[in-house]
Amino acid sequence: MKKNLEKNFETGLSEGIERVIPAIEFRDVHLSFDDKKILNGINFRVRRGETKLVLGRSGGGKSTIIRLLLGLIKPDSGEILVDGEDITNYNETQMMPIREKMGMVFQEGALFDSLSVYENVAYRLHEQNIDEEQVEFEVRRMLQFVDLEDAIDKMPSELSGGMRRRVGIARALVGDPKIVLFDEPTAGLDPPTARTICELAIKLRDLEDVSSIFVTHEMQNLTYLCSEYATVSSEGELIFEQEGEKLCLINTEIIMLNQGKVIFSGKDEELKKAEDPYIKRFLRGR
Amino acid sequence: MKSLLKFIFELQEISYLIARIISGIVKGPRYFPEILKQMDLIGVQSVAIILLTGFFTGGVLTLQGYPLLAYYGGQSQTGMFVATTMIRELGPVLSALMIAGKVGSSISAELGSMVVSQQIDAMRALGTDPVRKLVTPRVIALVLTLPLLVIIADMVGLVGAAFIGKQLFGLDYNAFMSTARVGIEIQDLIGGVTKPFFFGLIIGIISCHKGLSTTGGTVGVGRSTTNAVVLSSIVVIIADFFLSRVIQVLLKQ
Repeated sequence: MKKNLEKNFETGLSEGIERVIPAIEFRDVHLSFDDKKILNGINFRVRRGETKLVLGRSGGGKSTIIRLLLGLIKPDSGEILVDGEDITNYNETQMMPIREKMGMVFQEGALFDSLSVYENVAYRLHEQNIDEEQVEFEVRRMLQFVDLEDAIDKMPSELSGGMRRRVGIARALVGDPKIVLFDEPTAGLDPPTARTICELAIKLRDLEDVSSIFVTHEMQNLTYLCSEYATVSSEGELIFEQEGEKLCLINTEIIMLNQGKVIFSGKDEELKKAEDPYIKRFLRGR
Repeated sequence: MKSLLKFIFELQEISYLIARIISGIVKGPRYFPEILKQMDLIGVQSVAIILLTGFFTGGVLTLQGYPLLAYYGGQSQTGMFVATTMIRELGPVLSALMIAGKVGSSISAELGSMVVSQQIDAMRALGTDPVRKLVTPRVIALVLTLPLLVIIADMVGLVGAAFIGKQLFGLDYNAFMSTARVGIEIQDLIGGVTKPFFFGLIIGIISCHKGLSTTGGTVGVGRSTTNAVVLSSIVVIIADFFLSRVIQVLLKQ
């Protein structure tokens, strides 16, 4: 009995410690391309189960943050940590297990043109030589999650822009990564499809405990992600509710970049009250 | 100075790519189905253009060579002339140039499109090394199939030459083939198969490098495709000179 209690305590303690360690951390990261400074001392943390919205104008270094995190490019200086592990100087081989923890949703979906929807979503599992029966089960589960099971045999060229993004999300979620990175996933989409993509991100955040970075320059995404949460009703139905007196969202924060620096970090309410002229102009859309 | 630095930088990139290809062959994971698929795309699907190139090159050698040899009374040696030229030089070089145009451009365009549409980044994000998955199979396929295509081109070239000789100049098939057989030495055959092995390597590495280093969207894809074909062709022709000399020195003595 005592041993069981001790074991439970130790398990609980290690889980607690794990939750305290940020899923993602950037410490004073600098990056330049030729003479152009892209990131100039970026610092931020993403806690477990938290969504960090990265705002800023196009070409402001937002997507670069994601590319750095995946190890696709290396910073000039600073440290990048994933689950407390410093990955800054990792080579391709060392990055492979880190990338397995992460799912990435690219701006245009970045689906492999020569592969079908099924093969795209199954890509990671096929690379790991997993049994085909299990692969099919997992692919169908992911396509159900993004509501695209009917498109399983289609080729990417037969899909609309929104469908491509959703297949991209399904591909990123295979293997249940605990970190998901969204690189402008709603850019160029119609409002209902953009809303569907945001709902998927909310579902991951609230029901799957996924940490995510959501790069965007669209204010509508900010409204959805900062004011709505997903829950399951007593009938087992998925519903989206507005935050209010009943619940205030604390698992979504915003950072805003300008000229390679973080000029704002905090909640959406604080962003709306910010006095910085750039932020005011950004929020007004002018 | 800037051009020199750019050249050195490009040479460094190509050397690094070669090192990664070798590492991919030695360590794995190896993509055998992908190698077979590429061998089909590069080899089998190029047979038609190789047949045409070989046949008409052999034909034109007879067309131009026969009157010249006849001037010196050596028209019976047309078979020897065609076989030596075809097997030593024209078969390997023309086949390599045709493959650089057809396959090199397609590899560069495909990889370039994958770069600009972020598919290469997606591949890396999904835990796959694009060099092992895309480059190594293409280079291996080129190295294995180009010598085979050259053998086909040589054979068809001789057939074309004999056919044109018979039709236009009344040259006997048996006489043509017997002088051809006398003219071909073992070092010609070794050289004729060794050279395309290196040409395949050159075309594969340059096309993959140009494709993977594409920048500037769809315009960049066009640019890297053109560069891949031009650079592969030039390097093939330069390498042919040096390889010929090396083979000459090594095998003649």
